[in-house]
Amino acid sequence: MPDPQGVLVIGEITDGQLATSSKELLAHGRALADALGEPLGIALLGDNLADLPNEAIAAGADRAYAITDPLLQTYQVDAYLAALHKLNEEHPPKVIILSKTPVGTEVGPRLAFRLDASLAQDCMEAEIDPSTKQLTATRPVFGGNCMAKVLCEGQPMMIILRGKTTDPLNADASRQGDVIAVSPGLDESIIKNKLIERVEEKEEGIRLEDADIVVGGGRGMGGPEPFENELKELADALGAAQGASRAAVDIGWVPYSYQIGLTGKSISPSMYITVGISGASQHLAGCSGSKVIVAINSDAEANIFKEARYGVTGDWKVVLPAFIQQVKELL
Amino acid sequence: MTLNIIATAKQVLDPEAPITAYRLDNEAKRISADPARNIPPVINGFDENAVEAALLVKEAVGDAKVTVLSAGSSFAMDVMKKALSMGSDEMVLVQDPELEGVSDSAVTAKVLHAAIKKIGDFDLIVAGRQASDWDNAQVPLGLAELFGIPCISFARKVEVRDGLVLCERVIATGYEVVSAPLPAVVTVSNELGQPRYPTLRNIMAAARKQPTIYSVGDIGIGPDDLATKVTIQDLFIPEKQSQCEFIEGDDPADAGRKLALALREAKLI
Repeated sequence: MPDPQGVLVIGEITDGQLATSSKELLAHGRALADALGEPLGIALLGDNLADLPNEAIAAGADRAYAITDPLLQTYQVDAYLAALHKLNEEHPPKVIILSKTPVGTEVGPRLAFRLDASLAQDCMEAEIDPSTKQLTATRPVFGGNCMAKVLCEGQPMMIILRGKTTDPLNADASRQGDVIAVSPGLDESIIKNKLIERVEEKEEGIRLEDADIVVGGGRGMGGPEPFENELKELADALGAAQGASRAAVDIGWVPYSYQIGLTGKSISPSMYITVGISGASQHLAGCSGSKVIVAINSDAEANIFKEARYGVTGDWKVVLPAFIQQVKELL
Repeated sequence: MTLNIIATAKQVLDPEAPITAYRLDNEAKRISADPARNIPPVINGFDENAVEAALLVKEAVGDAKVTVLSAGSSFAMDVMKKALSMGSDEMVLVQDPELEGVSDSAVTAKVLHAAIKKIGDFDLIVAGRQASDWDNAQVPLGLAELFGIPCISFARKVEVRDGLVLCERVIATGYEVVSAPLPAVVTVSNELGQPRYPTLRNIMAAARKQPTIYSVGDIGIGPDDLATKVTIQDLFIPEKQSQCEFIEGDDPADAGRKLALALREAKLI
C-alpha cells in the first residue's frame, strides 16, 4: 500500500449534480489539504459519472477519483463501502471527510471501523494542527448543550461535517486537476442490504430543506388542528414550508416528515417562524442555520427566545390570528 | 428455533434536565450529573425505541428471546430495570470502573462486541441510532463491522421473516423497504413510535429478574481495547447572547400585529 497522502472528500451526487454539501466539503477540505501541504481528492461513485469529475475539480479538488461500477448506479451501502475500501488501498488518504447526510452518517462510521480509523461525528469545524499535522474538530455534544474539541488519532483521521458550516468555493473551470479512474470490480455477492421498494411520501408544497421561509409548530399548539388551520394559513400566505418540533411529531399531530431537529431535518431558511416551540437544544440543532428566527411562545423564559431575533410572549391563540391578519394585509 | 434478539440500551444523563444540572469537569474531560441536584439518569431515548422494536419482533414471531445489553461504570438498577419491565427477558450489564467516562465509540463497540460473543448466538441486534450524551451515532454501525454482518439504519418498522430482517427505513423523501439476511444489526429512533409503558405484570416479573453482570475482564477486554481513538481536548458551554427584540403591544393581539409590521420593516416579508 502506498504512503497515505492528502485529504479525501466522499462526494455525493443528487439528480446528476455534485451535491451542494459535497461542494461545502471541498471548501473545507481545501483548507485542510493546504494546511497539510498535500492534495485534495474527491471520491465520486456511480455507473456513469459524465462530467462530474471536472465539476468537482472546478469546485476545488486536485484529484477526482472516478469510481465506476454497475453496482454503484444508486446508493447501496455495501457497494459504497467495498468501493471506498478499495480506493483506500490504492490511494490511501491521511484525512477523510464526509457530509452529515443520510449517506455520510451511514457510510462514515462503517468505513471508519473497516479501516480501523478514528472518526469525529457531526463536526462544526475542523483544522490541522500546523506542528503535529493532526486533525482536531469541534462538535456539539449532549444535544448541543455543550461543545467538545476532539483530537483524531491514527490514520486515516475521519470527520463527518455538518452542512451549511461553510460556503462552497466559487466554481473555477480553469482549475487544473487529475481525473483518476478506479474500477472496484464489485461482485453482486457483497450486496447484503437489498432494496425492495422506495416510497416517496409526497410533501405538499415546498420542501422543508429548500424553503426560504419555514413556519414551525410545537407542543404548545395543543393538538393537530392548528397545523391544518392557522399554521397552514400563515405558511400559505408567506409561501413557506411547514415544520414541527419532535414533540409534535411524536404525539402524532403531524407526520415525521415535518420533524426539524438533530435527528430530523436541518433547515436554513432566511426566516423561521416558530409557534409554541420551547427550543430544546435537540430542535435548535436542526434550525441553527436559519438567518432569522421569530418566536411566539407563552413562556418568556423559553429557550427559543435565546435564539430568536424577534419574539412575542403570549398565547398563540390570540397572537397568531392577529399576526396572520396583519401579514395578509401587508402582502 | 428461538429467535435471539439483543437490544442495546445506554444509561445516560437525563437530556431533559437543564444544563445547570450537569457538572462539566474539564480536567477529566467528563460531564456528570450534579449530585446536589439529585436528577436520576435515564435509558437513552432511542434505546427505549430499540427495546420496543425488539419486543414488537418478539410478539410477531412468537418464539423469541429479548436480551437487553448495556455497558458502563455503574448503573442505577431501578432505571435500567425499565427495559425488563417493558417485557424483555434478560439483561446483561458490563459494569466496570474501567468504563468510567468512556466517550469513544470504538471502545464502546469493542466492549459490546465482546459481551455479545460471551452471550452467545444471536439473530438480531437492535440499537438506538445515537445516544443523547455524546451523540456519536457510531456504535451500532461499528458492531455490524466488527461482526461482519449487515446493518439497516434508521428503521421505523422491523419484521423478521424467512431468515431475513425486513425494515422500512426513513429517507429524506419518504421511506425504503430494505431486507438483509440474519444475523443483522438494525438502528432505530423516535420514528419507530412510542415505547410501551411497563404493565404491572411485567414490572412484577422484572422485579424477580437479576441482571447478569460482567467485568471487562470477564469478556476478554484488555487495555489495548480500551485505548481511545478520538480524544476530548476541551469541553465548553457555548456562549449564547440573546439578541431577541421582544415586540410588545397594548394586548397580545396588538403584539401580533406589531410583529408583522416589524418583520415588514426588516424586509423579511
